[in-house]
Amino acid sequence: MEFSVQGMDFNRAGEAAAQIKKALQLVGMHVDTVRRAVIVAYEAELNIVIHARQGRLAAYIHPDRVEIEAVDEGPGIPDISQAMREGYSTAPDHIRKMGFGAGMGLPNIKKSASHMQLTSEVNVGTRLTAIINNQTSGD
Amino acid sequence: MKLHEVKHILDAEVICGEDLLDTEVGSGFGCDLISDSLCFSRPDCLLITGLTNIQIVRVADMIEANAILFVRGKKPGQDIIQLAINKKLPLLITRRFLFESCGLLYQQGLLSS
Repeated sequence: MEFSVQGMDFNRAGEAAAQIKKALQLVGMHVDTVRRAVIVAYEAELNIVIHARQGRLAAYIHPDRVEIEAVDEGPGIPDISQAMREGYSTAPDHIRKMGFGAGMGLPNIKKSASHMQLTSEVNVGTRLTAIINNQTSGD
Repeated sequence: MKLHEVKHILDAEVICGEDLLDTEVGSGFGCDLISDSLCFSRPDCLLITGLTNIQIVRVADMIEANAILFVRGKKPGQDIIQLAINKKLPLLITRRFLFESCGLLYQQGLLSS
């Protein structure tokens, strides 16, 4: 399943992650797998909304795992290791006032995913892929 | 703890979900950060927050919180209330501060998420 995500569209932000959650519950994924996939999907979706012009959020559901892919067109991340640090954020004040921009999005994704890969090109965009192994598969 | 007890302890106003005040909240999570609410709260919790944007309802829905309590007398907009009604998520408001609200509920036996 795939969704397009618009930058700065806070009214619809989170709808794609909610749809992914519903689908995972419908196919009977383990409750912990659903929780971890929802964290990854929501944080990835909100990263596109907050930082990018537009992007795409996709979820590929397999019996043993969920793959989440977030690809955006935007400013990119100049220093990925810095962006992965807990508490590091480039979000402006008006975004922080909404409760975002605490610098926990990417670290939370990393903690929730079994595997995560992040690549980025400045002034082009960012690609995030995360795999969440289903609990029943022994993860 | 049931929501009607939360209402009584904090002298709270119910904005929507009046018919759901018999719902039990298993724990409380007080926070003004979306990411922390998403990652660290438990299902069936009472989400206690000063954030009144629509994302707090979306997050509450995703983490399967049983209700949201807004502190400092902050009232959310109609779009937020409507989304909460659609999701059958009770919303309450108290004039108490976040720390005070959490403290009073904890004192009365509501566990931390």
